[in-house]
Amino acid sequence: MIDPLFLAEAAINGLLLGGVLALLALGLNLIFGVIDIVWIAYVDLVMICMYAVYFIVQVYGYPIWLGGLASVALGALLGIGVHLLIISPILSSAPVNQLLATGGLLFFLQSFATFLWTTDHRSVRLTLPRLEILDMPISVARLIAFALAVLVMLGLYLFLTRTYIGTAIRAVSQDREAMSLMGANPQRVYVVTSAVGGAIAGVAAALLIIQYAVHPFFGAAFGPITFMICVLGGLGNMVGAFVASFIMSEVIAISGVIWSTEMGYVIAFVVFIVMIFARPGGILARRT
Amino acid sequence: MTTARLVGALLVGVLLAAPFMPLGVSREYTIHVLVQIFIWSFIGGAWSLMGRFGLTSLGHGAFLGIGAYTTTLLWNFYGLTPWLGVLVAVLITAVFAVVVAYPCSRFQVVGHYFGLVTLAVGEVIRLLIVAERDWTGGSLGVTVKPAGQDSLLAIQFADKRVFYYGALVLWLVGLYIWVRVDRSMARSAMEAIGEDETAAASVGIHVTRFKIGITVLSAVLTAIGGVAYAQYISYVNPDTLAGIGVSLRIVFAVVLGGMYSLLGPTVGTALTIALAEYLRILFGLKFIGMAETIYGFLLIVFIIFLPAGIYGSVRDLLRRRSSAVAAPARTTA
Repeated sequence: MIDPLFLAEAAINGLLLGGVLALLALGLNLIFGVIDIVWIAYVDLVMICMYAVYFIVQVYGYPIWLGGLASVALGALLGIGVHLLIISPILSSAPVNQLLATGGLLFFLQSFATFLWTTDHRSVRLTLPRLEILDMPISVARLIAFALAVLVMLGLYLFLTRTYIGTAIRAVSQDREAMSLMGANPQRVYVVTSAVGGAIAGVAAALLIIQYAVHPFFGAAFGPITFMICVLGGLGNMVGAFVASFIMSEVIAISGVIWSTEMGYVIAFVVFIVMIFARPGGILARRT
Repeated sequence: MTTARLVGALLVGVLLAAPFMPLGVSREYTIHVLVQIFIWSFIGGAWSLMGRFGLTSLGHGAFLGIGAYTTTLLWNFYGLTPWLGVLVAVLITAVFAVVVAYPCSRFQVVGHYFGLVTLAVGEVIRLLIVAERDWTGGSLGVTVKPAGQDSLLAIQFADKRVFYYGALVLWLVGLYIWVRVDRSMARSAMEAIGEDETAAASVGIHVTRFKIGITVLSAVLTAIGGVAYAQYISYVNPDTLAGIGVSLRIVFAVVLGGMYSLLGPTVGTALTIALAEYLRILFGLKFIGMAETIYGFLLIVFIIFLPAGIYGSVRDLLRRRSSAVAAPARTTA
């Protein structure tokens, strides 16, 4: 029998991881909701940004907040680049081509990172205190990451509801054709959405590098779980993705303690299939 | 049609004679590359059975992995001949395919959703193989236990030519199944479903049954391809036989070649394998990762500039030329 204290600790870690996963799922969802394309290589963009933070902080010795800001800026630039160079020429192609093009980007980023930085695991070492609550060690880095993730999600919510361009983004995701009939320029909305989606990847990178080591296959490790969360929440459904991230992160964290990390993912997948059976349109979809 | 048959018969004749051509030292290597092309074309053809009807699976690595690992582990631990092992593998794959395909088709998980779900499926099988490292060897992979000598029972031969003919037959069987599906009622039904599920259901097509049927067929053939590859290489590894990487490679080859034509997957597979081999030889052990980087870059470029695939683009070009020739003839008549 496993000590309940271990399970409680795992549950808290799962909750804290859920915040960052939710951020990733929201970024991917935002892009899908507006542009109708899934960026298979989304988490690989996060990986590139993590390397950026690593080099800025660990190699060149700048403070971590500067690394974080640089990561956000780099993420936004990468997002715009991906949209203009890869997505915009194939906007009207078959879905399989769109998926494959970003899949090609995944290959490219993964192997280019291997080429430039080898497969070594690299981490940013911050000297942060460890909290003890009821004999459970809680990583302060994870607490900070969770808090910042929640803050950024609030910011995203305000951006989408309170600003002009945010309203335009929501309008496009609701009805693309009507938006162009109203005289809006979808291309501009697409670029802004890609920049915001990329910037969210940058934030997630800064929050992940203080908890995990980065390596070229980081995207392959975190990508599938992000996709599962998006489908579980209902693609394009922000609130659904938010709830789904916490369900999945708890499943992974708790079964990771009971069995192993890989088994945690396998069990998360089983849960995913069962939930798709029960709630096909996503966990928060209205039944028709 | 008769010219097409003639060309086809000629091609098969050349392929039958190929292993005996005087290629000198590079003969072994040429045969090795050809065997790989046959096996992966077969797998690509299996994928296109689903892909052409809008069921874009990004997780066929799962079926490859299940097939290859089932036969290999049964042989290594229980000495069960791969001939029987492949039956077990087919059974497990079929059950697994139904488990994945049923919720997907019942609840209209299509398009991008389907792609993401299957991608997760492929990755989960890879993780399962890694997690069960006590008997699967984890991420280091596992070697098929050598039988000691040439053995039909173990499907192990020192001479690559045996595998060459085996793979050739496999490839031809794959083409035959493709043609059978292409000419069947199921094709019309699946095309209708791919266009509009609700409309298809309204004219009495059993959507779920057809979708599950084609998924199981595709999955089972992929698993058989995985077994063939494992027997030939006599080594299985979760990264080469499951997960995102191999799944995307299969799809890329088929889309590059053209998924709506009989020889599209073969053309695409031959080109991608040739490209991968060329890059591997060019870079060797220097610049690790560079070959893959170029591969990924070319993948993006091809998708942007050749959206219909090579086979499809060439056919469109020929059609345009023949209609350009035919058009003035019509005006003079």
